[in-house]
Amino acid sequence: MTRFILRISLLLLLALPARAQDAFTAALPGLAGGFGDIAASVERLGASGDPRALPLLRALQEGRLQKAGDGRILLPDGARLLDAATGQPAEAAGAEAVRLNNRVRQALRGALGRLQLVSPDPAERLAAAEAVFRSRSAENIPLLQAALARETVPRIRTQMELALAASQLVGSDAEAKRDAVARLGASGSVEARAVLIEARNANPEMATAIEVSIATIERALAIRRAAETLFQGLSLGSVLLLAALGLAITFGVMGVINMAHGEFVMLGAYATFVVQEACRGIPWLAPWSLVLSVPAAFLVTAACGALLERGLIRHLYGRPLETLLMTFGVGMILQQAVRLAFGAQNREVLSPPWMQGTILLPGDIAVTQNRLWIIVFGLIVLGLVFAAIRLTRFGLEMRAVVQNRRIAATMGIRTGRVDAMTFAFGSGLAGMAGVALSQIDNVSPNLGTGYIIDSFMVVVFGGVGSLAGTLVGAMSLGVVNKLLEPYAGAVLAKVFVLVAIMLFIQRRPKGLFALKGRAAES
Amino acid sequence: MSASIASPAPAGAARLTIRLVLIGAVLVLALLPLLNRLPPDSALYVSDFIVSITGKWITYAILALAIDLAWGYAGILSLGHGAFFALGGYAMGMHLMRLIGPRGVYGHPTLPDFMVFLGYKELPWYWLGFDHFPFMVLMAMAVPGMLALVVGYLAFRSRITGVYLSIITQAMTYALMLAFFRNDMGFGGNNGFTDFKELLGMPLNTDAARAALFYASLALLVVAFLVCTRITQSKLGRVLVAIRDAESRVRFLGYDVTQHKLFVFVLSAVLAGLAGALYVPQVGIINPGEFSPGNSIEAVIWVAVGGRGTLVGAVLGAFSVNALKTWLTTVAPDLWLFALGGLFVAVTLFLPRGLIGLFSKAPK
Repeated sequence: MTRFILRISLLLLLALPARAQDAFTAALPGLAGGFGDIAASVERLGASGDPRALPLLRALQEGRLQKAGDGRILLPDGARLLDAATGQPAEAAGAEAVRLNNRVRQALRGALGRLQLVSPDPAERLAAAEAVFRSRSAENIPLLQAALARETVPRIRTQMELALAASQLVGSDAEAKRDAVARLGASGSVEARAVLIEARNANPEMATAIEVSIATIERALAIRRAAETLFQGLSLGSVLLLAALGLAITFGVMGVINMAHGEFVMLGAYATFVVQEACRGIPWLAPWSLVLSVPAAFLVTAACGALLERGLIRHLYGRPLETLLMTFGVGMILQQAVRLAFGAQNREVLSPPWMQGTILLPGDIAVTQNRLWIIVFGLIVLGLVFAAIRLTRFGLEMRAVVQNRRIAATMGIRTGRVDAMTFAFGSGLAGMAGVALSQIDNVSPNLGTGYIIDSFMVVVFGGVGSLAGTLVGAMSLGVVNKLLEPYAGAVLAKVFVLVAIMLFIQRRPKGLFALKGRAAES
Repeated sequence: MSASIASPAPAGAARLTIRLVLIGAVLVLALLPLLNRLPPDSALYVSDFIVSITGKWITYAILALAIDLAWGYAGILSLGHGAFFALGGYAMGMHLMRLIGPRGVYGHPTLPDFMVFLGYKELPWYWLGFDHFPFMVLMAMAVPGMLALVVGYLAFRSRITGVYLSIITQAMTYALMLAFFRNDMGFGGNNGFTDFKELLGMPLNTDAARAALFYASLALLVVAFLVCTRITQSKLGRVLVAIRDAESRVRFLGYDVTQHKLFVFVLSAVLAGLAGALYVPQVGIINPGEFSPGNSIEAVIWVAVGGRGTLVGAVLGAFSVNALKTWLTTVAPDLWLFALGGLFVAVTLFLPRGLIGLFSKAPK
């Protein structure tokens, strides 16, 4: 008898520490019971915060959890079954799946959400915070507060605070409620607005405060929309800028109208494609193929440009209309040559990993990375062009030839060579525009035709021969286009912009930034 | 604009020869639909295909005349004449759609099929009146004319010349193309108009209709040619050439350059619109693709190939380039764009006076 008591006490002693930590084990038997017991157990497991509870509840949710005839709960692990209480392998004889009904499923959603709030995986915690936000129940408040105390990732904290505020809003503490309304208002998120609108009907005594918060959110949303439109406009503007910069050189500075400019852009995009295919076999190089293709595209199109200038355009100086027709023909030939060489279908140029994805700026302004890079790239290229014209010897010679060809020649400048180099420079810029375009548009033989008219408009609008005009012209056309789009649709926005430019030229025939003095007379 | 392109004022015997050649050419063309009536095994038999494609080329030749009048004489290089042509075509298309009446797929008494499909309840106001032939003819002239008047007035008043004008007109046709591609414009969107049934009570897919349209086009070509000849040989024509070669000087001499240019630009647009109206029933379809900038510039190259600044050259260019196109696109379709591009390059570099330049002596 004494031995029996001793044994029992020993067992109890051994079991005690296990018991103390084990709300988990204690909740397990309930899972073998009826639906009501299961739901209660699930809720207890959710409240336990035990790391073992998460896989168990997942298995339950997926219908994989088994119960043995003797009430033990068996958790499948690959091909084996483990006893959920001990973690030891167990035989599956006579086991059947634990069944679910809607009540259990509801309990499961809440429990999983709470458990995930403390999961080690940040993505899981974020998802959990969102789930808790959606379910909104006052009993989550302590859990959220506990999770918030430990949370360090700012984005998850924000989401948890939202969830906390939303949960407090359905709670009974009036003070916390009022506070929650203010915090939801400050968050500026669409979801918070939905929660507030719902709460407005449930809490007539706080209607004013809620209205104020909703108005705050709507203001924040309007600002965010404006910022996103501005960003899209700027990114479209930088595409136009890139396409128009080359024209600003060949048409603006040299006065050569090159209708094949769009085809040079297209050649640049195909050069990007070729470089990508060449780098495909070399794993360490593949992510950087886009960087490599910038000089490659520049060189290819610059060479084409030099050939075109020396071979053909040179003979037509002073006859702009003929140059226009001739270069249009060249563009046609280039397009057809590429179509025969690469096929008429679209070619895919992939974005490298470091350009994919979206960045959230403060205020939840979503910014796609590749468009951001295009803006950066456009500004860098603009800076380089400016430096090349202002600071290098080539730029000096170029300006000299433009201002007075004969005097420049008497000073020993080889004007023919400068012409060729200037034209090659402008064409190379078109090629670099092609690299950028390959990231946001289909690479196809008629890629350039869609941009050529817009680029000419940019140059004419900004003022022929002015880099600042090209920048301002491109950016304002881009932004205006995007501003009009929600009201008029993409196509009509474009039509409006074209008409507006035609009217604008009435007022200022020389564009926004008209050249003054001698250069203006030509 | 280089001053080496002479305005045509050939004298004496040369003038007579040109007239005889032209009259001969018109007579040969006029014979084609008659030869089509011969039994197919006859040596002189001309196929339906030849008749209909020649009829199409005649409308192209009228478009070329219109471009030449503006470019070759007044120095206005419009890259948007395809838009005037297409607008005339759309006017005719609307008329033909109205004439389909209840014979459409949906059998609606007044609404064309595409409108029923798009859920229109009644005709848009700008479709009213198009069931009357004279109204349609008026519109085929007035719409392109008004557009040319507005664009031309804005451009010429600000002294937008040369390539700037070319780019603006190109932007114009591009904008129209984008607009006509939209379904809610009420012009059939992407698909445009097709499945025409009849014109002036005449079923369209018959030999008689083909011949009638052919003769109507030929008549318009002859009339247009005579009008253009009269204009270019008048004092007005001289002023236009002067504007082309030295605009500022003409302005300083006291001529109203804007008005002269506007007149010739609008006349040219009206002509292009009429050509388009005759083109549509012959090809049986009109869609926004006709507005594409490529079409306009292709028409300009007809004039360049034939020889701008000579009316005969424009007509000759339209026929020869399109004959080449028809032949090459059946023999080697891939090569056609190379050939067309090559034509642009070759003509501007080596044949600034076009094919006509080969026949006449280079002026000193």
